[in-house]
Amino acid sequence: MTDTITTPAITRTIDARGSFCPGPLMELIRGIREAAVGDILSVYSSDKGSKTDIPKWIEKAGHRLVSLETRDGYDEIIVEKTH
Amino acid sequence: MDEPLNVVLFSGTDDKLQAAAVLTAGAAALGRPVNLFLQYWALDAFRADRIDADHGLAPEAGAAGRAAVDGLRAAGQASWAETFRQAKELGAVDIEACSLSMDLLHLDQSDLDPLVDGVEGVTAFYLKAGEGQVVFI
Repeated sequence: MTDTITTPAITRTIDARGSFCPGPLMELIRGIREAAVGDILSVYSSDKGSKTDIPKWIEKAGHRLVSLETRDGYDEIIVEKTH
Repeated sequence: MDEPLNVVLFSGTDDKLQAAAVLTAGAAALGRPVNLFLQYWALDAFRADRIDADHGLAPEAGAAGRAAVDGLRAAGQASWAETFRQAKELGAVDIEACSLSMDLLHLDQSDLDPLVDGVEGVTAFYLKAGEGQVVFI
């Protein structure tokens, strides 16, 4: 069995590449509001502030940061809606 | 309830309004209520018939600043008006016109963009601000 450390299935991907601060965070918040508890959202952002801002927002809002990966020219941030 | 962010907008140039819109959206994202009070040239910029017009930049921008701002806009940056609209969707953002500035500019609320929630005097603004800081832009 290899399912112990796999990334949970992503419910929805929000591609906010090309959007400037604070656009990606606002798109994520809108997505979180529309999501159900337990949903996993992935957001792509090419804005350099997102990789610090979005995890801080997730912590403040009480959701769970699943992962943060820097890819080719953008960051992918995965979050679980917990409440 | 988190402490509100209280901002007096005086300047009516697009760069300062953009900066104010970003500050507002960030506070709204964190659940902080935002009270905005529009005076003078900032109020003029919220007129319904020209909110999306070019309101110029602060003098220190110069030609290079103008080119930089134009470049970001061409790359798809949301306008300050759109950023304020998004901030209002996110949280408790109240935008009030200063009644003195309304008189100065001979405006009625019907002349203003729907982003503006109402008209009030400075005392009402301070009462909403409570003990919180007031930022002037």
